[in-house]
Amino acid sequence: MEERRYRSASGAPIALRRRQHSASCRELAVRCPRLQLRSLSAVTSAVWLAAYGLFVLSENSMVLSAAIFITLIGLIVYLHFVKIDQESLLVIGSLGIQVTSSYASGKESTTFIEMGQVKDVVINEAIHMTPFKYWKAAIRSPNSLLFSRLNNPNCLSLSS
Amino acid sequence: MGRASGERRCREYCSSKIVAMVLKVFFPSCCSSAESGILIGRWISEQNSAVILAVVHFPFIPVQVKQYLSEVQRVTKVSVSVLGSWSNSKQEKEESLSEFLEDLGTIFSHEPWIQISKEGDSKFWSCSTLQKHCNNPKEEEIILVYYDQRKVMLSHLHPPLDTATSTDHKADDASKLSAIFDTVAKSKVLFMTDRYDDGPIKLTHWQSDGVEASIIVELMKQASVPACMLLTFLVSLVSGICRSRVLTFWPLSFLWSKLSTCEQLGHRLQHLQVISSNKKAQTQTQLMRKANIFVSLLIDVALGILLMSWLYRKNRIGHLADTLIPMADHVAEELQDLLQWLMGAPAGLKMNRALDQVLGRFFLYHIHLWISYIHLMSPFIEMILWYVGLSACLGLTVALCILSDIIALLTFHIYCFYVYGARLYCLKIYGLSSLWRLFRGKKWNVLRQRVDSCSYDLDQLFIGTLLFTILLFLLPTTALYYLVFTLLRLLVVIVQGLIHLLVDLIDSLPLYSIILRLCRSYRLAAGVKFRVLEQRDGKPLRLLMQINPLSYGSVVQTYRLPTYSCYPKDSWASLCKKLFLGELIYPWKHKGEKQD
Repeated sequence: MEERRYRSASGAPIALRRRQHSASCRELAVRCPRLQLRSLSAVTSAVWLAAYGLFVLSENSMVLSAAIFITLIGLIVYLHFVKIDQESLLVIGSLGIQVTSSYASGKESTTFIEMGQVKDVVINEAIHMTPFKYWKAAIRSPNSLLFSRLNNPNCLSLSS
Repeated sequence: MGRASGERRCREYCSSKIVAMVLKVFFPSCCSSAESGILIGRWISEQNSAVILAVVHFPFIPVQVKQYLSEVQRVTKVSVSVLGSWSNSKQEKEESLSEFLEDLGTIFSHEPWIQISKEGDSKFWSCSTLQKHCNNPKEEEIILVYYDQRKVMLSHLHPPLDTATSTDHKADDASKLSAIFDTVAKSKVLFMTDRYDDGPIKLTHWQSDGVEASIIVELMKQASVPACMLLTFLVSLVSGICRSRVLTFWPLSFLWSKLSTCEQLGHRLQHLQVISSNKKAQTQTQLMRKANIFVSLLIDVALGILLMSWLYRKNRIGHLADTLIPMADHVAEELQDLLQWLMGAPAGLKMNRALDQVLGRFFLYHIHLWISYIHLMSPFIEMILWYVGLSACLGLTVALCILSDIIALLTFHIYCFYVYGARLYCLKIYGLSSLWRLFRGKKWNVLRQRVDSCSYDLDQLFIGTLLFTILLFLLPTTALYYLVFTLLRLLVVIVQGLIHLLVDLIDSLPLYSIILRLCRSYRLAAGVKFRVLEQRDGKPLRLLMQINPLSYGSVVQTYRLPTYSCYPKDSWASLCKKLFLGELIYPWKHKGEKQD
């Protein structure tokens, strides 16, 4: 079992865990950081402050109770349907591939694909919000690059 | 570098060979505490997997076992055979037993001979295979997959395979899992013996705790046959009356086709025919359809009776009738006010006064007729409602359809206005478009279905231009009337559409399947999922096979009952185009009707 840290396309830290159960069974799991208290409290307080502002304007206490309900239902929906904690891929030799995504609320959705139904495996690549930066460089023979001192390529950020 | 890649390729080759040699043993978890014996099950050679169905205990007579297996094979059509041996030693390993078990392989020849042994209460079993006729004995990797025999037997894998249509090439296509599910489901006969049955051979497998004889269930089973026969007789009687010649004369049949209540009653009659037919449902889909129809009918009627009990308490029908007539009056008065407004200068628009007055008076006269008609009807309304309300015992959907029909009848004047306005507007639009072509020196060629250029005479052009001008200046007046009445009509159509949507929902919802999914989620399986159990080096990999239930969305999609009405095929754009051109729109086209 080994664990490596990467960054996702949007820059969030993710951890890849590999596990070899046996010669023909292997599990790969990608884990996202858990929901942080800071962001949760920030969103909640933002919603409640907005509701309080509306309450002051309209002087209707329905707004406050509606805000509480919206926060609660939104949190439940977010934890149960949106926020994915871990995605894992279980490859069992000659049996099939199983993809599991477990949500923050503990719900797991699993799909098992039999080996006979797997036609091909494709690694898909996407470029998402990657800043491309250009810099001046000169090519000197044989095969060496000469960078200008200003605007050096260290500021080039590539996300994995 | 070249050597490294060569090595890698070699390793890949080896690993692929290992993968090909993996042996899968599907072991029922209920057999894990069975006493030592032999494993019987089905060997699926193309998948290199063994599905173990039961364990036969010691002592047994080999001839009897063979006889029993051939009998099972004859009944279930599954090639059940002895696959290997099972030893469950409570204490330390007994040498003599293991030798004896190996010897058993010679009696029941099977290739390969699987040996599973459990020591004490250890979770990790050792598993090995013997291959006698193989010249190069290789180390095979074995995966032990535990499955719940009862759940796998009772569950149905989705999408359901049609056994009737599946041909040879489809059998190859069939997934491995469905083969396993099929094997377990087919050998139901094997499991039917409960623990109190005593045969010559002692087996361990999933067992029911004996048939629980509930007297109510037995009575209902006995009663269902005559009840079905009575129902069939009644249904055939009713459908015979419906098809009789008196009711299919022209005005009546036209009336039936326009009333949604009749459609709904016919639909329910078909459902009753399906339920009461004494033919046994062949496939799972048919069985589920029958059960769904039955539950939907039951719930529909229960809701209808609830509605009826609410309606007939405290003279609510009388109140309803008392409010209905003033409401219709009120609507008519509002319409009169609206027409008066339209006859003046609506929203500050200057209309053609003469045409405006003519149209307004025409519609006002219509409303006057309508009001007198309603006043004529008013003494009988309560009685009619009282008798119509009784039909709610046929189901909530029927009551809703009646409500929709009553709305359609009470707003008949709005429909009439809409039709008049639309026809007038349509006429003007068509006239204008053809005169616009004349204006440009073109005409519509009917034979070629296209616009051709054409040279008109001077007087033709003169008359055409004059007519075009007149129509163009009269258009706003008619367009305003058309717009107002179309909006009113759309309001009624939306209300009716909502009622029909509700009826469709009750008609098509597969309630039985949803309840089954809720309470016995393993019965409707979308597939399986595996969980890797705790493992130790040198012991085979252990997996737990669980059933992945079908999602609610696909349950509804798979088992949705067909309804008689379909949604309008017009897209929003074509609807708007129709409205603009003044063509009549009907909200609800029925499937049987041809679309003009």
